[in-house]
Amino acid sequence: MSAAAAPRGARRWRSRAARAGLVLAALGFMALFLLLPLAAVFAEALRQGARAFLAAIAQPEAGAAIRLTLLVAAIAVPLNLVFGVAAAWAMTRFEFPGKALLGALIDLPFSVSPVIAGLVYVLLFGAQGWFGPWLAAHGLQVIFAVPGLVLATVFVTLPFVARELIPLMQAQGGEEEEAARTLGANGWQMFFRVTLPNIRWALLYGVLLCNARAMGEFGAVSVVSGHIRGLTTTMPLEVEMRYNEYDYVGAFAVASLLALLALVTLAAKSLLEWRYGHEIAARATGARR
Amino acid sequence: MRRRILPGFGLSLGYALAYLGLVVLLPLAALAWKASAIGPGQLLHLLAAPRTLAALKLSFGGALLAALADGAIGLLVGWVLVRYRFPGRRLLDALVDLPFALPTAVAGIALTALYAPNGWLGRWLEPHGLKIAYAPAGVLVAMVFVGFPFVVRTLQPVLESLESDVEEAATTLGATRAQTFLRVIAPVLLPTLLTGFALALARAVGEYGSVIFIAGNLPMKSEIAPLLIVQQLEEFDYTGAAALGTAMLLVSLLLLLAVTLLQRWSRRWAEVRA
Repeated sequence: MSAAAAPRGARRWRSRAARAGLVLAALGFMALFLLLPLAAVFAEALRQGARAFLAAIAQPEAGAAIRLTLLVAAIAVPLNLVFGVAAAWAMTRFEFPGKALLGALIDLPFSVSPVIAGLVYVLLFGAQGWFGPWLAAHGLQVIFAVPGLVLATVFVTLPFVARELIPLMQAQGGEEEEAARTLGANGWQMFFRVTLPNIRWALLYGVLLCNARAMGEFGAVSVVSGHIRGLTTTMPLEVEMRYNEYDYVGAFAVASLLALLALVTLAAKSLLEWRYGHEIAARATGARR
Repeated sequence: MRRRILPGFGLSLGYALAYLGLVVLLPLAALAWKASAIGPGQLLHLLAAPRTLAALKLSFGGALLAALADGAIGLLVGWVLVRYRFPGRRLLDALVDLPFALPTAVAGIALTALYAPNGWLGRWLEPHGLKIAYAPAGVLVAMVFVGFPFVVRTLQPVLESLESDVEEAATTLGATRAQTFLRVIAPVLLPTLLTGFALALARAVGEYGSVIFIAGNLPMKSEIAPLLIVQQLEEFDYTGAAALGTAMLLVSLLLLLAVTLLQRWSRRWAEVRA
């Protein structure tokens, strides 16, 4: 009996050691690969003290970049919110030919490089583009101006809200909405009293992710921006310009604001998952972006 | 057929299609039109330029390696997060999404600050001959960073649904730890792992912001294809930019198709096993 117990104890000990080893490896990787870069942003921003940090943020270009970033997100996010609701409603409540293709098209911006997202708008609205001459004749500017920044941001953040809503609304089904209709509600009453309350947390979740990407987008806006200081530089572009001018404290100071935004986004996201997880169906839908 | 009782089909589908058409399809059509105007001979000539070829090789080769690394690390982290209970697990779980939430330019300069020769990590690695910042290895580090959450987040739901009693049964029947993993767990996880791999790959191929700061961008050595597109645009070489952009899109779509086929095959393999 004792002969049998000894190897069993050894096996249990080995299993525990393997478990501790795996946990430590995962912890070590995440500390080194995720936490350290985050810490570096704040450490570099405060390298010359709080006074230098505050001075870097108080510069008028920083204020202009912050205002522009907020403006672009304030236009792009609601546009994709309305699109996400419309696309999810059509995809989950009706059958029609080409539905799978529509789903693939909604996901397409995720497989396109942000730089290419910017490039296609330059080919469309740039001076040599399809609509370039027409725009120039009417005194309108899209590329190297705010409309271009908005368009590029809309392109890269297009799937976020739709991707959150489609699996949830699919799972919920349309019975409650059919009941509302049968009881005499008109279309908008049904939408605002039944559909919207059912999807509100998932909607908020999608908006959160969409907004984080919209405010942080770099590649696509960098192509269409033209980097005109104070006019077409969003916060990520301001970070790049300061960095390339060797103004490291200034670059990291603006970067630290964006890192704070990322931390707030992560906290809000975790809160939503923890509090309303079943209403978001977060984990059942697979990859979060 | 059942009469449609729910309203808004025409409105919602029409709006969604019009929006998609204007924002995504029309611009992509402009790219295809520009590329087709170049002609296949000239297109190949443009792509065969040594600097372009080197950039494409770095973007796709680096992305493949990075996605493989993400697959391995993501499997480890996903497994630990789902299977084990330890203090700080929730915090760690939230932290997985940091590369999604952190703007790429911020990630780029932060990684550069760490791995530069005088950085927190670079000052220890450089004397050992490990040059990461301003070298191809830096491109890889940035690509692994941005792709990491995809694998973990795709694997987690499947790992959670994996019944541990099947593993216990295998162990009871005398299977070793390695046998249990290879014969019981791996076939179920493989299709999902491939999905995560494909997502990480697609992201890494097109990645720009986090890479350009750490790469050093030496032509022929550490210059990625998206950066070359940006430079061509700055020189108003729209033809070259359109050619390279089209090539990148086509190769990415082919790669994704290949992964989808691989996935279908692995799913069938898992079913045969079961």
